[in-house]
Amino acid sequence: MSELTNKSLTELVSLIKTKELKSEDITKDFIDNCNKGEKLNAFVTNAFDHALDKAKNFDKNPNLDCLLPGIPLAVKDLFCTEGVRTTAGSKMLENFIPNYESTVTNNLWSEGAFLLGKLNCDEFAMGSSNETSYFGNVINPLKDNVVPGGSSGGSAAAVCANLTPATIGTDTGGSIRQPASFTGTVGLKPTYGLCSRWGIVAFASSLDQAGPMTKNVSDCALMLEAMVGFDPKDSTSINKKKENYSKNLSKDIKGLKIGIPKEYRVDGMPSQIEELWDKGKKILKEEGAEIIDISLPHTEYALPTYYIVAPAEASSNLARYDGVKYGFRSSKGANLIEMYENTRSEGFGDEVKRRILIGTYVLSSGYYDAYYLKAQKVRQLIKRDFDQSFKNVDAILTPSTPSSAFQIGEKKDDPISMYLNDVFTVPVNLAGVPAISIPAGLDKNKLPLGLQLIGKPLAEQTLLNIAYSMEDKINFKLDLNKWWEN
Amino acid sequence: MVGELVDKDNSKYLIKGKQSNWEVVIGLEVHAQVSSNSKLFSGSATKFGAEPNTQVSLVDSAFPGMLPVINQYCIEQAVKTGLGFNAKINSYSVFDRKNYFYADLPQGYQISQYKNPIVGEGEIILDLPSGTKKIGIERLHLEQDAGKSIHDIDPSNTFVDLNRSGIALMEIVSKPDLRSPDEVNAYIKKLRSIMRYLGTCDGNMQEGSLRADVNVSVRKEGDINLGTRCEIKNVNSIKFMQMAIDYEAKRQVELLENGKSIDQETRLFDTKKNETRSMRSKEDAHDYRYFPDPDLLPLKLSEDFINKIKKNIPELPDEKKKRFIEKFNLTPYEATILVSDIETSKYFEEVVKDSDVKLAANWIIGELFALLNEKNLEITQSPISARNLSKLINLIKDGTISGKIAKTLFELMLDGDKDPEILVEEKGLKQKSDPKELENLIDGVIKDNPDKVAEYKSGKVKLFGFFVGQVMKVSNGTANPQLVNEILKKKL
Repeated sequence: MSELTNKSLTELVSLIKTKELKSEDITKDFIDNCNKGEKLNAFVTNAFDHALDKAKNFDKNPNLDCLLPGIPLAVKDLFCTEGVRTTAGSKMLENFIPNYESTVTNNLWSEGAFLLGKLNCDEFAMGSSNETSYFGNVINPLKDNVVPGGSSGGSAAAVCANLTPATIGTDTGGSIRQPASFTGTVGLKPTYGLCSRWGIVAFASSLDQAGPMTKNVSDCALMLEAMVGFDPKDSTSINKKKENYSKNLSKDIKGLKIGIPKEYRVDGMPSQIEELWDKGKKILKEEGAEIIDISLPHTEYALPTYYIVAPAEASSNLARYDGVKYGFRSSKGANLIEMYENTRSEGFGDEVKRRILIGTYVLSSGYYDAYYLKAQKVRQLIKRDFDQSFKNVDAILTPSTPSSAFQIGEKKDDPISMYLNDVFTVPVNLAGVPAISIPAGLDKNKLPLGLQLIGKPLAEQTLLNIAYSMEDKINFKLDLNKWWEN
Repeated sequence: MVGELVDKDNSKYLIKGKQSNWEVVIGLEVHAQVSSNSKLFSGSATKFGAEPNTQVSLVDSAFPGMLPVINQYCIEQAVKTGLGFNAKINSYSVFDRKNYFYADLPQGYQISQYKNPIVGEGEIILDLPSGTKKIGIERLHLEQDAGKSIHDIDPSNTFVDLNRSGIALMEIVSKPDLRSPDEVNAYIKKLRSIMRYLGTCDGNMQEGSLRADVNVSVRKEGDINLGTRCEIKNVNSIKFMQMAIDYEAKRQVELLENGKSIDQETRLFDTKKNETRSMRSKEDAHDYRYFPDPDLLPLKLSEDFINKIKKNIPELPDEKKKRFIEKFNLTPYEATILVSDIETSKYFEEVVKDSDVKLAANWIIGELFALLNEKNLEITQSPISARNLSKLINLIKDGTISGKIAKTLFELMLDGDKDPEILVEEKGLKQKSDPKELENLIDGVIKDNPDKVAEYKSGKVKLFGFFVGQVMKVSNGTANPQLVNEILKKKL
C-alpha cells in the first residue's frame, strides 16, 4: 500500500489530475508511513486529522486547476501555521499556537495542498545536524545514529523516508542544501527576497530564505513555483512576475558556461567528493556546457563573516522571546530582570545561547567596528566575487558540503567543526544568490554526497534546468532499507 | 547666595555664583508624535484614549515572523516637518534597531534612525522680547514609540498597554543654542506652531504628543567651551521643563563652585519635589547595540517625492507674520501673537475678510483672548464665531454702536453665538446720533437738574462730566458721546 509514498510529487499530482488517485488514499498512506517512521523523530507536531479532513473535502469537490491538488505536505516547524503549534524547535515556543499563517505556507495551501504536520529542526534553525532541537535529534533515514543535517533535518529526513511527498525548509547558511546533501534529496535556496519571510520565525533576517526540499528536480520546480510570490508584508520581498518553473523545465543546457571555483577545494576533503565534482564537470561537458575555471577570492572569509552577521541579527531577532507576551515564561524571579534571565536561561538551548552571546558581543560598542562593520564590508566583497564571476559564467558548480553525514554526537561538543560544515553553503546566503543541491553519489560509507549549483540572482530556472539535466545522467537512487520500521 | 538670577530683564539669563556669573546652555530632544491614522510600521490605529490593547497588531506585539512595513505617510510627514525647519532632507536614510529589554518594548528593540536620519540640519527662528534668535536643528529622525507600563493598577503586577507601541515619533534634536527657560518656552512653542501649521503633529502635550529630553550644562559667563551636561528625561510640559532647567542649572553651579565636577548622567525630574535626581550614570548607560534593521531596506527618497511635498507646504508662521505686517500694517507684536497658532491665524483671517484689520487685531488679542483665557477654551471652541465678531467690528466701524456698547454687545453675543446686528435691533443699542433727538434728551437732563446747572455756571466746570453721564444714562448708553459733548457745551 505504501507504494504510493514512493512516488514523486509530480507523479502524485499527475495521478490526482487524471483522477486515478484520491487525495484521501495518498494522505492515508503518508499518515501510515509517518506512524511507522516515528523512530526518526522527524515530526514535532502531526496534523493528521486535519489532513484527512482536508483530503476528504478535496475529494468531494476536487479543484484540479492548481499546482498541488489534494497533496498533503509536512513543513519545517519554523513556518507559522494558523491553529497548529509552531515551536521553531525550541522550548521557548513549546506551546505557541499562531493565529496566522505564513505567506509561503499560505501560498502552498492556495495551490491545493494542505498541512500534514510540522517537521523537526534545529532550535531557531541554529545548527547543522538537527541535534539542537528541544524535541530531540532527528535520525538520518539512510543510516541509524547518523545525523540528517540541519537545520532543516526533519524536513530532509521526511522527504528521504517518504513521510511527505515534498517539503519546505529555510536556509540561512545552508540549512536546506546541507541536509538535502546528507539525505540524497534535492534542496533549493532561492534568491533572497523571492519567497516572503512573513510568518517564518526569524533567525537572521538578511540571510533567511525559504525553499523547497524534494525527491527530484521536477518536484523542486513545482514546489518553488507554488511557494514564491511578491508579498507587500515583507519589505525585502522582490516584486516580480511569477515564473512557470515546472513548465519551463528543460534539459537543454547547451552553451551554458559553468564556473569551477578553485577556492572550494579545501584540505581534508574526502577524495570521493573530489571525484563526484569531476564527475559533475564531465556530465556538464557531455551535455554541451562549457567548463570554466574561476576564482571567488574571498571565499575563505565567508564562514567568519557569516558567524558574525548571523548571530548579530539573531541576538536582536530573539530578544522578543522574553516571557512577557507569549511563549515560555519561567516561574522563578522576583522582578522583571530576573524573570527575563530565568526565562531565557531555561527557554533557550546551548547553541542558541552561544549565538546570542556572540551576536551581542559583536554589536557591542567598542567591538562593532572591528566585527560587525568589518563583516558587512567583507560580505560586500563576497557578493562582488559572485557578481564578477557571473559576468563570465551562467552558474557555478561546487560540492554541497565538505563531508557526508556524520555520526550523532560526533561534533556536538565542537561547535567550530560543526560550523565548518557550512563552508560551501554560507557564501551563497551572504551574496543573496540562489543555489540548489542535488544528490551526486555515495561516499565510502554509502552515505550520499551532493553537488551544489549556484546561480545568478533570480536565475532559478537556469539552475533547475542544469540540475534537471545532471540528475538524468547521475541517475542517483536512494537505497531505503527502512531499518526504522522494525 | 548661589542661584540668584541676575540681569533677568536684559534677556540674559545668568546665575550669580560666588565667583562669577554662570551661563546656562540647553539643548532639547523633542519627541513629537506624527499625526497619522496608522502606526509607523503597521496598520494599527493611533487614536488617543482607546481601551488598552485595542489598537495592537501582530507586528506591534512582535509575534514570531512578523515584519515591519514602512508607512509612507509618516515619511511624508517627517519630510514636511524637515522642510518646515528649512532643514536638509536626506535622500538616503537608514532604520536601525536600538536594542534593550523592557516589558513595554515587545520586539526587544526600538526601530529608530541612528547614523543616517531622514532630516539633517535646519533652523527655527524664535521671537523673543529682545528680538529674534536662530536656534539650530541638529537632525530629525523617525522612530517607533514603546508601549506603556502601568504600575499603579495592581500592587504586585505591572500592566502593559501596547496601544502606543509602534506609533511614529519624530525626534527633533536641537543644537545647544538655548540659554534660558524662557528661550526653551519660546522654542517649544515655535516648534509646535510650525508642526501644527504643517499638520504633522498636533503638539498636544497633555496627551503626550510632544515630550522632551532636556540637556543642561553650565559655564562661566564668557567661556566658550561647553560644560559637562546632564540629560533630564521625558519632561512633558513646558512649565516642568523650565522648573527642571532652573533646578538643574543651580545644582550644577553649586557643585562647580564647591570644586566638584559634574557627572555626565541621565536624570529624572520629580515634579512633586521640584528637583532632578540621578537615574543612571554614564557608566551604567545602556549599550543599545544599534545596527541597521535587516527587515527594512534603506529609505531612498527621490527628488520628485521631496518636491511634491515642498509644493504643498502651507504658509508658515514666519512668512505669515511678514505678510500680516506688510499687508495689514500690524505691529510686529500683534502679528507675532496672531500667527503663533494656526487656528488663531485662521480665525483672524476669517474676521478680516470683510472688517477693519486694526479693530479685529485689537478685539482678538484683547477681548477674545481674555474671554478664552477666563473660560479655558481653545480658539476653535470660541463662543463667538469669526463671522459674528466681524459683524461686531463693522458695527463699531460704521458708528452704529460705540466702543462701550460694543463691549456690552460682546457679552450678549456669548450666549449662543448671537448675531450682533440682530441684537442691536432687539435691544435698541443703536448709537443715537440724531442731533435733534439728542437735544431733546439733553434738554430733559438740564431741566431735571437746575441746581447742578447753577453750580456749573458759577464756575464748577468739573460738573460737565456729570451731565454727560446723565445723558448716557437716559439713553441707555446709546447716545453718541462725541455729539453729546458738542451739544452740551452749547446748551450750558
